[in-house]
Amino acid sequence: MKILVCISHVPDTTSKINFTDNNTKFDTNGVQYVINPYDEFSLTRAMWFKEKQGASVTVVNVGDASTEPTLRKALAIGADNAVRVNVAPTDGLMVAKELAEVVKNGGYDLVLAGKESADYNGQMVPGMLASLVDFNFVNACVGLEVDGTAVTLDREIDGGEEKVSSVLPMVVAGQKGMVEEKDLRIPNMRGIMMARKKPLSVVEPIGAATSTATKDFEKPAEKGAIKLVDNVDALIDLLHNEAKAI
Amino acid sequence: MSVLVFADSSEGKFKKTAFEVVSYGKKVAEQQGSDMLVLTINGGDASELYAYGAEKVIEVKNDLPSFNAKAYAAVIKQVVEAKAANTVIIDSSIDGFTVAPLVAVAIEAGYASNVVDLPSSTSPFIVKRKAFSNKGFNNTEISTGNKVVGVAKNSYGAHENVVSGSVESFDATLPDLGVKSESISKATGVVSIADADIVVSAGRGMKGPENWGMIEELASVLGAATACSKPVSDLGWRPHGEHVGQTGKPVASNLYIAIGISGAIQHLAGVNASKVKVVINSDPDAPFFKAADYGIVGDAFEVVPQLIEKLKAFKQA
Repeated sequence: MKILVCISHVPDTTSKINFTDNNTKFDTNGVQYVINPYDEFSLTRAMWFKEKQGASVTVVNVGDASTEPTLRKALAIGADNAVRVNVAPTDGLMVAKELAEVVKNGGYDLVLAGKESADYNGQMVPGMLASLVDFNFVNACVGLEVDGTAVTLDREIDGGEEKVSSVLPMVVAGQKGMVEEKDLRIPNMRGIMMARKKPLSVVEPIGAATSTATKDFEKPAEKGAIKLVDNVDALIDLLHNEAKAI
Repeated sequence: MSVLVFADSSEGKFKKTAFEVVSYGKKVAEQQGSDMLVLTINGGDASELYAYGAEKVIEVKNDLPSFNAKAYAAVIKQVVEAKAANTVIIDSSIDGFTVAPLVAVAIEAGYASNVVDLPSSTSPFIVKRKAFSNKGFNNTEISTGNKVVGVAKNSYGAHENVVSGSVESFDATLPDLGVKSESISKATGVVSIADADIVVSAGRGMKGPENWGMIEELASVLGAATACSKPVSDLGWRPHGEHVGQTGKPVASNLYIAIGISGAIQHLAGVNASKVKVVINSDPDAPFFKAADYGIVGDAFEVVPQLIEKLKAFKQA
């Protein structure tokens, strides 16, 4: 089985978010970048297939050279090789079209991604990619098994879970639950050393057009000070009469 | 040119978010000077949609056992083409998030998800979206002729606007499904975080899973869903489906009550779309006190039982 794992290069979840240039650009100053946490669940599941059932695992990112340390980290975790599409991502459809080209050229059976990225939270690239390459698609996946070309999956639905079946080739968007959080991998020294020798190929973009553009950013409005009370009667009164929340 | 709203349903009943997107679509249609069509697939009683301004409802009935992304996207595309719609509005249920990208590709539309407000302009078409896990917003222009807008849950609200509507049946052709539903398991008798107006959430301050009885009782009194912080689900005290935060479930409830949760930045990112936040914590320096609207500095084991008793009395009054 040939697996492709789509990796987003995103600010660490503890990052403070600021904007520059009259709020038109994200301020990268002091921001640590990591493998998108949602993608880590899919990457870890891909490693499981590689180790237990036999599979090759390629990781891919659409991004400029600054994203290579993130791809190297995925290689250190155990991916066999990496592909970087050499263009800064601008919107979801453009990223999906660039990834579709990689999928078409690579002959992959299973494409895994996180259900969303921790920066723009669009939840759109995996579904768009599946449509563009005409693969079956399951979103919000919390369980994935592959037997030959038969695939069984658990997906989150509002208020529960649904068991579904499908066949390869597929695009699957994973999330917490796809693997246990304790099973997520941290690169060890041996993995880091080996990752240096693994192939990381850079491919030029097809020049996919964008369909949306960010005009500017805003930060949430400053919050007023908290109202502290010392008894539950006062709290209930505030929630009922002031906040109208109960 | 018209606005097509997809009103999602489950087991023949409209989701709460359906009424929100119909309310939203009505306003966008007014802004654009166009009409609004509402599409349902094996949905509920269309008159429920009339209450939110749906004058024209297009009903598709078929034997699909449940949601199927590929089939739903194909139906939406056929209706868009038959009715010359150019703006598709979809909710932020998990199914909404699943089908919207497929629709965007099918009708060659730019797609903006997590939209929190009406378009600030319809020409050019600019909407405000949540980004950076609720730590920022971006104003996005959709530059294509066709557009898909995903409305963030509880961001616009459902607004009653009773009209006398009509229903038209529509025959849509289904593609090969690709993905087959085998079984569905839903928790019964408990409120899901996705649907909840009120969420009662607790953290490590509860000291152990055996102490969750009072959290469940408080949730029951309020008709709320229960949730937990990441350390609690990591420790296995509660199922991972209850973990709210940046990589867990996002919460956009009207009221979020955090008990014994200190308020790590990732937790706050997951809950700050909630309208009113209450924190109960014995540590006055807990970061959550800076992010909440109301708070009590106190021991959860004293405060929560009192709150349950007083709320019971309040509900009966």
